[in-house]
Amino acid sequence: MMGWQPVVLWSDAAFWLILGLTGMLIWRTRASARDAWGRLFSMPAGAAATVVLLAFLAVAMLDSMHFHARLPGVPVRYDVTVRSVLDVILQPLVAVPEKTYSAPLASRLFTRIQTTDAHGLPVREFAMLNIVRLHPARPDLPVRAALRSVLTGMMVFLAGWWLFGRTGKQPVSALFAMLAATAVLVSAVVFCVQVVGHLHVLGTDKVGQDVLYEALKSIRTDLLFGLLATLLTLPLGVAFGMTSGYFGGWLDDLIQYVYTVMNSIPDILLIAAVVLLMQGYIETHAARFDTAAARADIRLLLLCLILGVTSWTGLCRVLRAETLKLRELDYVHAARAFGVSHARVLIRHILPNLGHLILITLVMDFSGLVLTEAVLTYLGLGVDASMASWGNMINAAELELARDPVVWWPLAGAFCLMFALVLSANIFADSVQIAFDPLGRRA
Amino acid sequence: MKSLVLIFLLSMLAGCTPGRMNDPYPDSERGSNTLYLGFVARPSHLDPAQSYSDDAYEILEQIVVPPLQYSYLKRPYILEPDLLDRMPLVTRLDATGKPLPAAAPSAQVAETVYELHVRPGTFYQPHPAFVRRADGRLRYTPMTAEDWSHVRRWQDFRHTATREVVAADLAHEIRRLASPQVNSPVLQLMGEHIIGLQALADRLQHDAGRVGQNQYLDLDRYPLPGVEVVDRYTLRIRLKGVYPQFRYWLAMPFFAPVPAEVDAFYHQPGMQSHNFSLDWHPVGSGPYMLTLMEPNRRIELTRNPLFHGERYPTEGEPGDRSAGLLAEAGRPLPLIDRVVFSREKEVIPYWNKFLQGYYDLSAISSDNFDEAVRINAAGQAEVAPAMRRRGIRLVKAVLPTIQYVGFNMLDPVVGGSSERSRKLRQAIAIAVNYEDFIAIFLNGRGQIAQDPLPPGIFGHQEGVQGVDPVVYQVRNGHVVRRPISAALQLMREAGYSDGRDVQTGRPLVLYYDNTFTGPNAKAYVDWMVQQLARIHVQLVPRSMDFNHFQDNLQHGNVQMFVAGWNADYPDPENFFALFYGPNGKVASNGENDTNYRNPQFDALFEQMKYMDDTPERARIIAQMNAILQQDVPWLFGFYPLEYELEQPWVGPRKISTMNRGTIKYLSLDIAMRERLREQDNRPVLWPLAWLAGLLALLLLVHLLRHLRRTNRKSSWDDA
Amino acid sequence: MINYLVRRLLYAVPILIGVNLLTFWLFFMVNTPDDIARMHLGRQHQKHVSMAAIQQWKIAHGYDLPIFYNPSRNGIGHLTDTLFAEKSLAMFAMDFGAADDGSDIATEIRTRMGPSLMIAVPAFLLGLWTNLSLALMMVWFRTSWQDRLGVAAATMLMSISSLFFIIGGQYLFAREWCWVPVSGFEPGLDGWRFVLLPVLVSVLAGIGRGSRWYRSVFLEEIGKDYVRTARSKGLSEARILFVHVLRNGLIPVLTTTVAVIPLLFMGSLLTESFFGIPGLGAYVVEALQGEDFAVVRSMVFIGSLLYVLGLILTDIAYSVADPRVRLS
Repeated sequence: MMGWQPVVLWSDAAFWLILGLTGMLIWRTRASARDAWGRLFSMPAGAAATVVLLAFLAVAMLDSMHFHARLPGVPVRYDVTVRSVLDVILQPLVAVPEKTYSAPLASRLFTRIQTTDAHGLPVREFAMLNIVRLHPARPDLPVRAALRSVLTGMMVFLAGWWLFGRTGKQPVSALFAMLAATAVLVSAVVFCVQVVGHLHVLGTDKVGQDVLYEALKSIRTDLLFGLLATLLTLPLGVAFGMTSGYFGGWLDDLIQYVYTVMNSIPDILLIAAVVLLMQGYIETHAARFDTAAARADIRLLLLCLILGVTSWTGLCRVLRAETLKLRELDYVHAARAFGVSHARVLIRHILPNLGHLILITLVMDFSGLVLTEAVLTYLGLGVDASMASWGNMINAAELELARDPVVWWPLAGAFCLMFALVLSANIFADSVQIAFDPLGRRA
Repeated sequence: MKSLVLIFLLSMLAGCTPGRMNDPYPDSERGSNTLYLGFVARPSHLDPAQSYSDDAYEILEQIVVPPLQYSYLKRPYILEPDLLDRMPLVTRLDATGKPLPAAAPSAQVAETVYELHVRPGTFYQPHPAFVRRADGRLRYTPMTAEDWSHVRRWQDFRHTATREVVAADLAHEIRRLASPQVNSPVLQLMGEHIIGLQALADRLQHDAGRVGQNQYLDLDRYPLPGVEVVDRYTLRIRLKGVYPQFRYWLAMPFFAPVPAEVDAFYHQPGMQSHNFSLDWHPVGSGPYMLTLMEPNRRIELTRNPLFHGERYPTEGEPGDRSAGLLAEAGRPLPLIDRVVFSREKEVIPYWNKFLQGYYDLSAISSDNFDEAVRINAAGQAEVAPAMRRRGIRLVKAVLPTIQYVGFNMLDPVVGGSSERSRKLRQAIAIAVNYEDFIAIFLNGRGQIAQDPLPPGIFGHQEGVQGVDPVVYQVRNGHVVRRPISAALQLMREAGYSDGRDVQTGRPLVLYYDNTFTGPNAKAYVDWMVQQLARIHVQLVPRSMDFNHFQDNLQHGNVQMFVAGWNADYPDPENFFALFYGPNGKVASNGENDTNYRNPQFDALFEQMKYMDDTPERARIIAQMNAILQQDVPWLFGFYPLEYELEQPWVGPRKISTMNRGTIKYLSLDIAMRERLREQDNRPVLWPLAWLAGLLALLLLVHLLRHLRRTNRKSSWDDA
Repeated sequence: MINYLVRRLLYAVPILIGVNLLTFWLFFMVNTPDDIARMHLGRQHQKHVSMAAIQQWKIAHGYDLPIFYNPSRNGIGHLTDTLFAEKSLAMFAMDFGAADDGSDIATEIRTRMGPSLMIAVPAFLLGLWTNLSLALMMVWFRTSWQDRLGVAAATMLMSISSLFFIIGGQYLFAREWCWVPVSGFEPGLDGWRFVLLPVLVSVLAGIGRGSRWYRSVFLEEIGKDYVRTARSKGLSEARILFVHVLRNGLIPVLTTTVAVIPLLFMGSLLTESFFGIPGLGAYVVEALQGEDFAVVRSMVFIGSLLYVLGLILTDIAYSVADPRVRLS
């Protein structure tokens, strides 16, 4: 008998679908794009960014495998809460909740709260953290953990150097950057693994939840936000762009019209209108979204949907222009002369030649979408309040920064992880552009 | 080019007056007797018949004068005449119209008559609507095309005049409550009590339901039997049966006089599109008048030159004298010449400006005092050390408000009168630790509620007597929340073990319906989930917008929901009505959101409703509270405390939670304010110096390189 | 040229009609007038919202009309006395009516335009100038460490959410160093104190993306044949860069920025609401948070109008800047 029952949230399905599609695309084009990938991994910045992005992706993947745990006893019942594999891994972070704020690696709460003393009488004090009470550790634990993690990181670096350095497939600088990125990630993980369970690495938030946990859980939200919106952009942008460029005439006019109308409405207003609409949909179908996860999930998905709908126009324009050029090429004319159908020409001859442009546009849009999440959440149009997201963390920081002494760690945690993701996405996008389009056909 | 920016910056700095570059107010205002306050959202309505929110009252109650007001210093709240020269004369009549003695049982009373006598010699603020030509016709009603040609802004009305306040103005305002142009929020309630008001509303709706704002609806032509103008200063209002709470309504702006001329003036074509309306330019006889209305930026009140006669109270509660509250006793009001409200939408800037001394009071009351208020070791709230050094003081008051979580009593799981659901509700009441909530979210700005009646309301009990026996126990004289084990025991008795239904084995899942938004939304939700997890109940938060929330309440599609109630007037009836069966939300769209219905409670409510505040009433109230504590239709939550900070230069003051028209009692020490503002706002210039130094260094290096290169070149030329 | 402009303007009409229909559908079919009324009454009074009050509110605000066809009127009234005509078509005549709180939207927009422009115009000009200068600097030092440092810094800047710039700027410049007021606004020249920080923050937040993009434009330009020719003629590198490359590179830069100019009127949502600037951006945010659909609809309409205007301006800018382009 299984101890768990798998759950596939809508966003999980979309996420795995997009991963599968991307994987397939890479596999199918492995021969033609080998040079491009090679170029990507020979750029130090590109190689390092890829490593960081893969790490983020791995966390998001672990957090996209959901299940209901089985409850003990007969008849067989499953827990209602939806948990993910990442939740299981991060269990030590949330096992011991605190009452309220505590600074990173602190052993006491940040504010006084009411507790009872030995005689059962109420007192107010900076109470000792539950985690420290339950799992005491030596006071020099952070220092020792830091030393050990640095050592591990160095070992990983050296091992990698020794293993791959001799193959000579990559330029030395690229290998160095890649290994350095890996080493930094590994030592961060090693540090956390040692400290977690005795201290809160990034402190705790207002209601005593571990900030590191929140920040890590936000990875999936924000990554999906970027990826899914991109995924939904894709069919619209590709279909409209190609049709418009290939057929021209009234079809082109019509698509151009739709496209100008969509473009001329300020995005934020369109999003606002649809978010209000979406809330109505969720409320009228409340029974269908009966768990907290399902409610938050459908909101995330619909948000991505509307973002996709508002942002397909950029891709459409690029593809239209490129198709206009491609359709005049000799081999397209030749194919048509042999009686190949339009659909076949589009799919077999035009689409493959647009691949690099699609890829470049998508990776370039990704980082912008992640940043959008924070802004939308600030405006009250973002993801569900019960969902971990960097936008929600920044939003809460508004009050935290107004305190004295300042509660800076939730903001800092969100900032660092978000910065790491967006920066590596930006660098990755640059590198992809250089690698896949060395002639710089797209300004 | 960066140096250009720097030079630009420096010249800007040099150009402005030394110190206080961050002063948000014009230099011309320095040293004036002006009170600086902030406002977060533009007040939606300033029309006294329509306005019904705290932020609007903050402004409106300085301008208009209702018949009665609450005493500024005395507690519990006492009503005293404001517009009137004496308290209203109340007569109870039987069905034949004969007066009854005051002690007569309310069942015999067919009608209650309130006789109001306006203080003669009270004048409205100067206003263009009062201006008359030599022949007695109004100057600006109707507006001619010629008038419109030079009126663009409010200031363009060149002439103003005044008029004495008379009883007919009060009658006009009561008629306005029924007007379809006004859409007053109290029409439904007042229509039940004032004789003929509902009929008037129906008739107006029929005759003039579609009259636009551009058209004047002459209300005084319509009869209203319940309101009679006896003479120039005397007005009689007739109510059906008894309604002692009516006296409280007389202290609200709904009953402040509005002259018919003003109404006619504002309902001319063209007024609305210039934003000339009562909502933007209210008219009253109060201590201040509105002189600048830019709701996006600034609202200014200036002393009404025609206001006279009111003086600072000479007696108050014990302790008021030592607190300095009687220092100004007997001085004519108002004490401050001008009040400036500046728009401050975001929390952080608001707070920063208060710290810099640019706001005199901090009017934000909920989440934003984290920096200011500390709970000391003794559990008392006090001003944080940094604030204390600046002389900032903390003023506290309990609001006549309760924040609660309601259970939908129609729900099959948490609702109903069965033993099982009651035990479940009791267990939840123990588990949700509001002491923690107050510490975490409010920094102590709240008092645990044992029943629905906040302090200051008749029937509220402090200390051990009023303790909720289901949730608390008394140990060594301390009131302590029952341990979580007691809640788990109740859960087992209700048939849930480890958060699962014993019979079916299904986990118990509850829904938490809320409308949280803003920075704390996530934390609120997470906290509640944690609380219920302690008794193994899984809580699914459902956040929605206000609209859908109301809709779900209306249809009974909620389970546990977050709500609050702000008293209209300090009477227990206003709170207990929220549990009165016939007020059920789903059945009759009343204010009883939980749809709670308990015949015993309802009977007691009807008995208590119109009683005077006698010991007998207190006894019934205690009984009603005991029923609610057993049935737990609400998690009683807490009564929010209002903590306000005031700068050292503001005179001592008392927060009056029932009326907001208290700016007239405030005083300022202008010299101290100037001195402290100067002292706290010296710009820190070292970063600029650093930047300048860095740039100079860079320039120098470049220059040297350039010189070297040209030198070398010239030497090469020489050779 | 005139012909072309007239055609473009005519082309704008169906676009605006499309926008109009779309917003009407979103705001009236999806959110019924009943919903709007209940929400507003509830928000104002917090309690006592009866069905009768909802009906009253709808009448008072003109939301009680049928959507497209009014059978109770005659003649043209069938069509004009409807929600669509009153609330949607009227916008073509710049008649925006009253907001749900009773204030006149057109007046509000007029008064808010000034503050928006006072922030947006300096931010736009200063931003353009800063970004161009930085881009030229990076191109000047191209392929050296200064260039790489510049690109890296720009990439980092563009990876930071603009929220951080605003929060950080206020904390440092206004609160800790007391250089400028934290927020607020004063019309006229006295207002420079309030303009400084929002402009600085907007410029800073835009540096990353802007300078990187201009750099790539100039780099592309510098690889062209005419540059090689100029260099072979012995022109100095400075002259090539600052005269020829700059002039030619400005064409794509200007044509894309021109499209943005009309939208400056719309202000910036975040900057304005954080700094308390009573501009149009803040108006939109308030309307969104207060769910005042009358205002949102009007702003959508104006936004799309300005966008279309931007498109036309772009075309004109093209033909002016690049004589090879002929508008026909």
